[in-house]
Amino acid sequence: MNEEFLNTLSSIVGTATPLVIASLGETITERAGVVNLSLDGSLALAAVLGFAAARTAQETGAIDAPMQIALGIAVAMLVGALIATLVGFSSIKLRRDQVAVGFVLTLLAAELARFLGADFTRIPGPQIKRFAIPLLEDIPILGTIFFEQNLLVYFSYILMFGIWFWLFRARGGLTLRAIGERPEAAYARGAQVQRLRYWYTFFGGALVGLAGAAYSLNVKPGWSSPPAMQGDGWIALAIVIFGGWHPFRVVLGAYLFAALRAVASYIQTNGLFIFGQEINFPFVLLNTLPWLLMIVTLLIVSGGLTERLLQYMPRAVQRRLRAFLRSDPPKALGARFEME
Amino acid sequence: MNSPRALTIRIAFLLLPIAISLAIGAVLVIAVGRDPLEVVDALWKGAFKDTRKIGGVVNFWIPLTLVSIGLVVTFRAGLWNIGVEGQMMMGALFASWGAQYILLDESLSPLLHVMLIALAALGGMFWGGVVGLLKIRLGVNEIFGGVALNALVNVISIYLISGPWQPRIGGSAQGTEPFPTPALLPEFSSRFPTNIFMIALVIAAFVIVMVMLNATRWGLNLKAVGKNMRSALLLGVATERASLSAFLVCGALAGIAGSYRVLFTFDNLRPLASGGIGFLGLLVVLLLSIRLLWVPLIAFAFAAILTGSTRLQIALQLDSSLAGVLQGLLVLFVILFHGVQEVFFPGTLGDEDESSAPHPKPLPNGSVSTRPHKEGGA
Repeated sequence: MNEEFLNTLSSIVGTATPLVIASLGETITERAGVVNLSLDGSLALAAVLGFAAARTAQETGAIDAPMQIALGIAVAMLVGALIATLVGFSSIKLRRDQVAVGFVLTLLAAELARFLGADFTRIPGPQIKRFAIPLLEDIPILGTIFFEQNLLVYFSYILMFGIWFWLFRARGGLTLRAIGERPEAAYARGAQVQRLRYWYTFFGGALVGLAGAAYSLNVKPGWSSPPAMQGDGWIALAIVIFGGWHPFRVVLGAYLFAALRAVASYIQTNGLFIFGQEINFPFVLLNTLPWLLMIVTLLIVSGGLTERLLQYMPRAVQRRLRAFLRSDPPKALGARFEME
Repeated sequence: MNSPRALTIRIAFLLLPIAISLAIGAVLVIAVGRDPLEVVDALWKGAFKDTRKIGGVVNFWIPLTLVSIGLVVTFRAGLWNIGVEGQMMMGALFASWGAQYILLDESLSPLLHVMLIALAALGGMFWGGVVGLLKIRLGVNEIFGGVALNALVNVISIYLISGPWQPRIGGSAQGTEPFPTPALLPEFSSRFPTNIFMIALVIAAFVIVMVMLNATRWGLNLKAVGKNMRSALLLGVATERASLSAFLVCGALAGIAGSYRVLFTFDNLRPLASGGIGFLGLLVVLLLSIRLLWVPLIAFAFAAILTGSTRLQIALQLDSSLAGVLQGLLVLFVILFHGVQEVFFPGTLGDEDESSAPHPKPLPNGSVSTRPHKEGGA
């Protein structure tokens, strides 16, 4: 296989990683019945504070490079977790609407990021180093694509399998799904619904924070205003829906978006040739593609359109295709649960 | 409910969110090494130093109030119109098209203004209608549809500015050439630079929407749809039509707001000409739990903070995003403290619960939940 093509695939896996981690985090949170709509702002605030912490540690020279990165990641995760917990608290304890609080927090966090990041704009800082995995990197094709990355990327693979295992193979995951689907029943069977919701919201938020650090310490190093990842939080939220709250499909969705972006930016820099013929059109319009894809994917998985199209299919195909395309949210998503 | 204790608690819960947001704001300002009092001084002078500054506040107030009025309509119907920012932008695009291609004599300028504003309203309705149809017909949640359409119109505007509408000399992505003078909305006076016709339009929109919401069948239907989609349907309300009409009304008002930005504030089309005013409108309406009556007042306060913040950069080399931080904190704490009051001090709430429509509970796949929620019997 063409080496340039392999490298492109490898870079897609790399640049998709923040999206992968953020969407997986939100998947967990939503599986527990809480919508954390603050993703877009959370990513920015976690990114800038994580970067600021790592950069400040680098300047003072008190700790060595790997610890600077670790500090930045820890700060970012804490920021993401705290914002998510605030969404959870306002909904669980204060009975506020999750969407309203999440939306206000997304704006607030974005403005805070701009305000606090003013002194950290466009300056260099520590970056996560590439680390090829011995032996695995020698696997033809797959080695180049998946195993010549950095630790964060490898963590995202583990995370995907880990979440899948927890959700569908572990006892704890059964409870997790239950508190998102039928909290009353879960409660009746002895589950601590509210406490678990707090924990999963916290955990999911920490992953969103980690995704923020993945931007500012790796994929889009540093900080700038408007932030380089602006809009990605919304895309991550859409990916969770597209992924049907299933970790494998969610990750597939994240790679799909990253791939589309890679194609769009490739064409913008290199032009478009079809059969050696240069095709000319305003390439800036290619920036609409991720958003069009977002609408189309939501249309497919949640709409009546799919249902209508399915009517024309042979009956045998219908059911399988429906199961493949449709995605239904946890039934108690966004709803409050109150113990009597 | 009218006992002195209840009254004290009510007043405390009115003031606490303001005090806490200001305190956090002060801490942030100190954290970046500035004096909070200097910030207050800069904000105040930036907004109210002279009539020119006050004119600047009014110029933010006009679009902000327009979008907020529109958002009250969509919230009433239980809809999260995050696409309002894009609807403003589409209005701005339509108005910009008209300003460049409808060439009328200076003497016909008022007619041209009416045409441009109508065009902008159409543009906003178009974009709002797309969000609405995506939701109603195709099941795409309006939050995601709105976010995507906001991004789409931004890309389209950048394409127009850097392509077909680029200035003849020195074309860049900064903005189009200034529009011909007859298209631009005139200033009332150089000492009070704002547009009287638009102020009148805002007041008219406020009165009309107020009457429509509270005294017509349409308003009643919207409220029914917002409260409970399923029972509204069972009661014979054409729920789809009601939802779509809310998007169209909000889109029209947002479009007009967008036209003000390009025909008055900037005199040309720029990328992101809507400037976050649509999102700010969402904050205004959330702060008020969807009550229309106070929209002009709160919008004025927010517009003043916004105008004042432009001085922060010049006077204190402080990022103007502090304005957004303060506004965000205020709305967040108002919402949170409303919850604290409801949960821990039930019975001290006023009669506001009737007037405030419930927040919609959209599920991310587009369907508004029709299952009965388990509400505690507090």
